[in-house]
Amino acid sequence: MPVIYDEAPFKERVKTNLAKEFQHGAIMSAQDVITGKRDALVEAEPGWHHLRSSAAAIRAHVLDNLDFYVRQFAENAERRGCRVHFARTADEAATIMEQVMRDAGAATCIKAKSLLTEEVGVNEHLEACGMRAIETDCAEVVLQTAGSAPSHIVVPALHFDRASIRDLFRERLGYEGEDDPEEITRFLRSFLRPRFLSERVGVAGCNFAVADSGTCTLVTNEGNGRMVSSFPETLVVFVGIERIVPDLASLDVMTRLLVTSAVGSKLTSSFTLNSGPRLEGEADGPKSVHVVLVDNGRSDILAGPYRDALRCIHCGACMNTCPVYRHITGHAYGSIYPGPIGVVMTPLLEGYERTKKLPNACTLCGACADMCPVRIPLNSLILQHRNNLVDGGYVQGGERIAFEAAGKLLGSRALYGMMAGVGRLGMKAMTGKSGRVGEASNWIPVLKGWTGSRDLDPMKKTFRSQFAERQRSRQDGAGDADASSGVEEGGRR
Amino acid sequence: MKVAFFPGCLVDMFYPEVGMAAVRVLERLGCDVELPDKQVCCGQPLFNSGFGKASAPIVKNAIDAYADYETIVSLSGSCAYALKEEAMRFVGDDAAYRRKLSALAPRIHEFTEFIVDVLGVVDVGARLDGTATYHRSCHLTRCLGIERQPLALLSAVEGLSLVEMRAADRCCGFGGTFSFKEPEISEQIVREKTLAALECGADFLVGADQCCLMNIKGCLDRMRERGETNSPLRVLHIAQILDMRKGA
Repeated sequence: MPVIYDEAPFKERVKTNLAKEFQHGAIMSAQDVITGKRDALVEAEPGWHHLRSSAAAIRAHVLDNLDFYVRQFAENAERRGCRVHFARTADEAATIMEQVMRDAGAATCIKAKSLLTEEVGVNEHLEACGMRAIETDCAEVVLQTAGSAPSHIVVPALHFDRASIRDLFRERLGYEGEDDPEEITRFLRSFLRPRFLSERVGVAGCNFAVADSGTCTLVTNEGNGRMVSSFPETLVVFVGIERIVPDLASLDVMTRLLVTSAVGSKLTSSFTLNSGPRLEGEADGPKSVHVVLVDNGRSDILAGPYRDALRCIHCGACMNTCPVYRHITGHAYGSIYPGPIGVVMTPLLEGYERTKKLPNACTLCGACADMCPVRIPLNSLILQHRNNLVDGGYVQGGERIAFEAAGKLLGSRALYGMMAGVGRLGMKAMTGKSGRVGEASNWIPVLKGWTGSRDLDPMKKTFRSQFAERQRSRQDGAGDADASSGVEEGGRR
Repeated sequence: MKVAFFPGCLVDMFYPEVGMAAVRVLERLGCDVELPDKQVCCGQPLFNSGFGKASAPIVKNAIDAYADYETIVSLSGSCAYALKEEAMRFVGDDAAYRRKLSALAPRIHEFTEFIVDVLGVVDVGARLDGTATYHRSCHLTRCLGIERQPLALLSAVEGLSLVEMRAADRCCGFGGTFSFKEPEISEQIVREKTLAALECGADFLVGADQCCLMNIKGCLDRMRERGETNSPLRVLHIAQILDMRKGA
């Protein structure tokens, strides 16, 4: 169960997570801080939107020619001395990891933050084999120690505050300090440093794989990625087949967009380019490097209507701006891919049966697509999911009946006229003194969702009939009798 | 100029006064406003909920209703976006309708964009004393790129000053059927929006898309009822403001 970690119904997950006050506040302020910093940088970069267009074109070009680029990257990586593996499924990918561990005679390995290894379930697979991957990214250490799921793709431990991290580390890792971030980090360093020096296998992801040089890159802020990829004798790099860029010039475009979009800064503190194992005469670096190119459904996505989703560079900008993510927080999505890109990707990776309601987690406001550095039309892809769900028969019962009836009503002028008339009478019966449809109407199923927290203004004489009356009275020679009266009529209250 | 008016079904059924205000403004600016009898809805409530196939007759009905008009003015940015940009996906393979729609789409103008860019008018001769804050509706602002026009119109209203609320371009949480299907989430989003409007101290919350305004007003009314605020903040469609004439 690597992608979906919470199988509770969507409504239930929403309810649970809406109630988590700290988590809710933490996501809101993280969104404001990250997008605030990002917006300031974008404002100061007049070429930003051109850069986005270039990046979208580079990504689309790679996807259109993915067979070529996968081959080119693999050949160049091998030329540099890497051992390249191809994994069609999550299982195959995790099994390759297991085999590398066995060959290296290692029972443990150290790992830099990598979503792809989570997607294919490396940690779970190793544990099932009696082996263990030790996370080294601060946030991942927190999650691994607590046994908690990520709530964001870039800052996955957003749902922990410093006090809860202090308590967690005291309880599980023998930490004795206070909730001071520096002190906690110093402790983590003393905890991790011996591991960096002693472990024989390192595991990392890859932000971008450069096809014409066979290089894997790693963008991190803590330096742990660099240690994982240079200290142990054996390095395993997991690369999604879609994460390829043609050359170093396009890598530059992608990296600038990635860092600014992900954390609102120009650069991260570490940017590692890894081009194969240590060469003769070199002082450091792994002796052997395994590159695992993972498909896990990507070829199918490539062939279908969701190809644009594969442009994703995992910056998290879409969730940093999403009004729904802001409130329900990462855990309500129940997937390691939350937010708008998660709503698109999770059903593609795991199928509709387990993700039927996920595409509901969107107001179609388009803020995500507007923010996306590679211009993925996220709202449009979510809309596509909704339509596929209905067409595929995943939406049944009352909802289906109601919408199909609405289709008939709104498609016919005559039926619509009748509905408006009946509706107005019905609403008259529901409004109380206030003239609005309020909580008293909660028993009406269709209205309940609305009137649980909001009032609904009642139906009046339709615009259509008011307009017609006005035209008639004019023809009768009444002239332009209407004074402007917007506020009196419309702004009641 | 003869224009065919597209009020949107929400205004038709729930907010006729907003539609009438828009008609008066357009007429004052010299337009001859017609309302095609056949028009009902753009189809968005259905196709945004996934019922794209069931929406085809609605979309086709809208195309038929407006196909013979040179200029169409939509009071809702969201409905305009639906017809201009999205409907093509849901028309189906019917080549005749696809042709009609691609000819129709560029002739559809959103109300504020029509006044500023087509008629070339910024000062419509309106007056309202007070401070307004403008909610930047998503489809209007982001999807159609219409932002400058409503702000220009509001800036020209005599006696009215503008104040920006926090995250003015964040979604209000309506999302069409989203607000009925996921009311718990929608409620949280609209509450934050309403609080932002209250905080900025404006007398009027103005928008150019009635669906968002219905959502925000619904939340504000409920907050008043529960005694959470006694602010006199009024929720108004921009058409209603432009309809308030100088010296009236």
